[in-house]
Parts: sequence; structure tokens; C-alpha cells
Amino acid sequence: MLLIKLLLRNAFRHRLRTALTILGISIAILAFGLLRTVVSAWYSGVEASSASRLVTRNAISLVFMLPSSYRDKIRQIEGVKTVSWGNWFGGIYIDEKNFFPNFAVDPKTYLELYPEYLLSPDEKTAFLHDRKGCMVGRLTARKYGWKPGDTVTLKGTIFPGNWDFVVSGIYRGRDKGTDESQFFFHWEYLNEAMKKTAPQRAEQIGFFILGIKNPDQAAEVAGAIDRSFKNSISETITETEKAFQMGFVSMTEAIVIAIQLVSFVVIVIIMAVVANTMAMAARERTNEYVVFKTLGFGSHHLAGLIFGESFVITLTGCAIGILATFPAAKAFGDAMSTFLPVFFVSPRTVYLDVLASVIVATCAAIIPAVRVVHIGIAEGLRKVA
Amino acid sequence: MPPPPPIVRIRDVSKSYQRGSQTLPVLQHIDLDIAEGAFLALMGPSGSGKTTLLNLIAGIDKADSGSITVGSRDIMTLSETDLAAWRSTSVGFIFQFYNLIPVLNARENVELPLLLTGLSRKERREHAELALQVVNLADRMDHYPSELSGGQQQRVAIARAVVTDPLMLVADEPTGDLDRISAKDILDLISRLNAELGKTIIMVTHDPRAAERAHSIRNLDKGILNNAPD
Repeated sequence: MLLIKLLLRNAFRHRLRTALTILGISIAILAFGLLRTVVSAWYSGVEASSASRLVTRNAISLVFMLPSSYRDKIRQIEGVKTVSWGNWFGGIYIDEKNFFPNFAVDPKTYLELYPEYLLSPDEKTAFLHDRKGCMVGRLTARKYGWKPGDTVTLKGTIFPGNWDFVVSGIYRGRDKGTDESQFFFHWEYLNEAMKKTAPQRAEQIGFFILGIKNPDQAAEVAGAIDRSFKNSISETITETEKAFQMGFVSMTEAIVIAIQLVSFVVIVIIMAVVANTMAMAARERTNEYVVFKTLGFGSHHLAGLIFGESFVITLTGCAIGILATFPAAKAFGDAMSTFLPVFFVSPRTVYLDVLASVIVATCAAIIPAVRVVHIGIAEGLRKVA
Repeated sequence: MPPPPPIVRIRDVSKSYQRGSQTLPVLQHIDLDIAEGAFLALMGPSGSGKTTLLNLIAGIDKADSGSITVGSRDIMTLSETDLAAWRSTSVGFIFQFYNLIPVLNARENVELPLLLTGLSRKERREHAELALQVVNLADRMDHYPSELSGGQQQRVAIARAVVTDPLMLVADEPTGDLDRISAKDILDLISRLNAELGKTIIMVTHDPRAAERAHSIRNLDKGILNNAPD
């Protein structure tokens, strides 16, 4: 107990230096936590994807459509349970800067495949029965002040014209990682309009979402689908939802790698700062450690004091940094909700913060501890005298 | 009546230091017996090797050759770990500059060596308070070193040295950093520990007045100990 008291007092003996070191650690942990959260947000689509869902799209590119007739053929393939479909609509709300993902989907099958989008029974009924109805994520609805019954007009970019929708329901995510920024409306509404205005673009589907009976057979089912459309006018690529989402992330992989690298650099820098603090503290107290040795204290006691002090300083900074990460992430997430709709500090990020702090504390204390343990008592006492 | 067996028995001890390519002999073929309950002063000019000899006796430095037996143990054969354990129970240290831990109060400083014993927290506290009473600092036990005078700090250091009831006390210039009055108080206290508690004391000093308190004085010169005790 006395030794714990001693290491606590040692840690705060040089108050300004310790305070500045703790501040540095807090900022580093805050930066590390935010950067890791950005990376997690980047992968949120991948993380939220289900192993029992496959995505089928045109083999050439996502921008090329597939005929709606594929729907029935896909349904007949062994292992496929549910088939849903949709198109990227790319609509703009008032101004281009008001970005949120919007899709034309088949509501019934889509909601069957995505139970993570939660609607009240009344809202669900309203959405399913109103062809002009739309279902909006809580984040986007809050941002633009929409509520059920409101009429929302999107300006089409891929499908020209002004498109009016009635907000049928505002969904919330079942899980923390569910994207609550999306906007869904009836594919039939889009298709009927296309039949009238651009018949050549009617009955075209951007992607199929498939629910499969057994996730373990995903590869076989995907292979069977793609084989059935081989040598057709529109060949397909079928992959798991995760692989599909990863395809988007991999386009920006260099940015993610850079962010990850910076997050580790921050930790390395703070490690050097803490190591410097510990080296200075241990050097200043060499005579005290020599006295401890003289009194009969062993190497493990001395190393314990130095490592303990390093841990007290680092973990204090870590705790402050973690506490600061939550409000900072909230503010950052709100500001960046257009680009990173799923932005929250995950338990994994907190664990990584603590792990990074433990590594920093350990590495920072190694050299001072080794020096103190190896200093000879007579030599140390001569230096004191 | 035969004299009591020596508590410290040094035979043919030599010690040298390496300075670059030079070997500097510090102690040469030292033979010395110190009886239990003795109060020995080691004197000599700077660089004569008296502190080195004290360090060897206290087990904080290693001789190049010879043997040093304290009590019944040949401390030259002990490993670093065993030597540390032996020091914690057998030797009390009094330094010139007190060497108290500044962030611990007087009682906590005295309690430090007891952490290496099996005593409970309450027992450690009681022992530390008793040792501070012995050095007449019972009323200052909650004071930090910075709140104590040099003489008081040295008394705390003496309490720390005696709290484990060691075989012997080694003191390296214990009055070297004190004014005359404080030095006298400390010498009185050391003499009392020797006379009343029977502690064996080995003291290195430059100060003839301090040396006068000892029962015997041995002089070292260029690493050679005078043959005859004074």
C-alpha cells in the first residue's frame, strides 16, 4: 500500500510536467479514437452486411442495368429464398449538397430481407400500400425536419424530373451500426414513370438482393446464378453483401490506410513523449532508487515503481482521452453525417485505446527501469555524494 | 573471560577500481575484526578507501578478493538477491545527506524497510512510531522531509536505520552536512544507540570530534589500514 502511495505521489511530483504529459496522452488518445472511429465508419456498410444476403449485378459495372425478367429466373435457383431488387436513384433534395442515399426498391421483399430497418406496423402498412410512399432513415428525417405525411420532392439526376414522395414512415436501425440516413421508395413508382417517359429504361434493375437459405452455400448459389446468365446479353456477378460493400470501400482503400497509419503514428509520437517523461523522472530519482536498493528492495520493486508510475500517468491520460472521444465523436459525426452516416465510438475502439495506452506505458518504462535496475549501489551513492 | 567473537571479520580484502585502462587499488589486504557492540570510527583522508571499506562491510559493493564474514555469514558468497535480503535485516544505513524519500512523511520513511518484513500494516506503523520516539521525533512523524531541519532529517534517517533492529549500523559521515549543534545531537543519539541498545556501529568520518565518540578509531591511508587499533 505504501509503495502504491509512493508511485502515485511520484507520478504527480512534477505537476506541470505530469499535467502536460497527461494532456498530450489525452489528445493522442482522442485523435486515435476519432481516427479509428472514422475507419470503423468507413467499414460500417461492410460490418452491417448479412452473411445470408447476396447481391447480383451486371458483370460489366454497377451502372449497367439488368432486365427485370432475371428476377423469376433467379427465384428458381436452388438455395434462393427471397429475391428483392432496386435501383440507385441518385435524387437531390433541393440542393446537391443535401446528399443522402436514395433507392427505388421493392418494399415488401426489401423489408423482409432487411429486418434491421425498424418501422412501426402503421408506418410499414402505409409504406407498403402507398406507391408514392417513401421510408426515410431517422438521421435524414431529423436533418430535414421530415415527419410522416410530409411531401418530399427529389430532383432526379439519373432519372430526370421532379419526383414527389409522401413520407410513410421513419425507420430506425435495429443495431447501432445500421445506416439511418437512407431513403427508400417503390421501384414500381419509378418503373411506371419510366414506361411513360422513357420506355427503353423501363423494366431495368440495378441490383438484386437475394436472401439465401443457407449462408454456408453462398458460393454455390452465387456460382449457379452467374452460370445461368452466362453468355446472355447481360452477364451477372453475384457476391455476398459483404464482398459487394467491400468493393465500394476498396475504391477508397488508400485513404483508409492513410488514416490508419496516422492513427498509429500518433501513438508512436506520444510513446516518445511518455518515454521522455519517464526517463527524466527516473534520472532525477536515481538517488532514491539507490537508497531503496541499499535498504534491500529488489529489482522487481524498483521496476514496479517505474512501470507503475508510467501506467498511472498514461492510463489517466487514456481515461480523459476516452471520455473526451464520445462528445468529440458526436460533434464530428453530426458534422460529417452526410458522408459518414454511421459514426459512433465502438467498444472495440475503446479497447484499442486502452491497449495502445498499455503498450505506451510499458514501452516508456522499459529503458528507465532497466537503467535503474542495473545501476550499482556504490556507484549510485557516489553520484549522490 | 575470552573476548566475544567478532561480529565482522575481514580477511585479506582488496578492492580496486578500473578507470579506463588504469587499475586503481583502493583497498589492499585489509584485515579487520569488529566486536559485537563496538563503536568503530574509520578515519582517513579523502580517497583513502574508508567509504569503500564501509560499503564492503555493508554488502553494497563487492571486494576483488578476501573474505568478509558478518555474524555467521560470508557475505562475499551471497548472490545480489540474497545480499539484498541480508542487508534488509542485518544492516542499518545512515547517510551523510539523509537520503529520505521527499514524498513520504517521517513515519512513512521509517516504515519503508519494514515493507520487506512480514509485519502487518498496523505492526509496521507501531514499529515506525516507536523508532521515531527513540530518536525524539514522535511529534514530527507526519512531517515531510522538506518540513524538517537537517538534524531532524538525520534523526528520521537514524530511526529508519534502527527500525528493523539490524545487527549493525553503518554511518557514512553522519554529521557531515550538519551544523555543530545538530551534529552533537546526532552523535549523542548514535552513542546512545550503542550504549543503551548495544548496537554495533561502524562510522566513517573526517571529523575528529565525531571520531572521539567511538570506542576505537582505525585509520586508512591509501587503502592500507593501520595495524593497531587506537
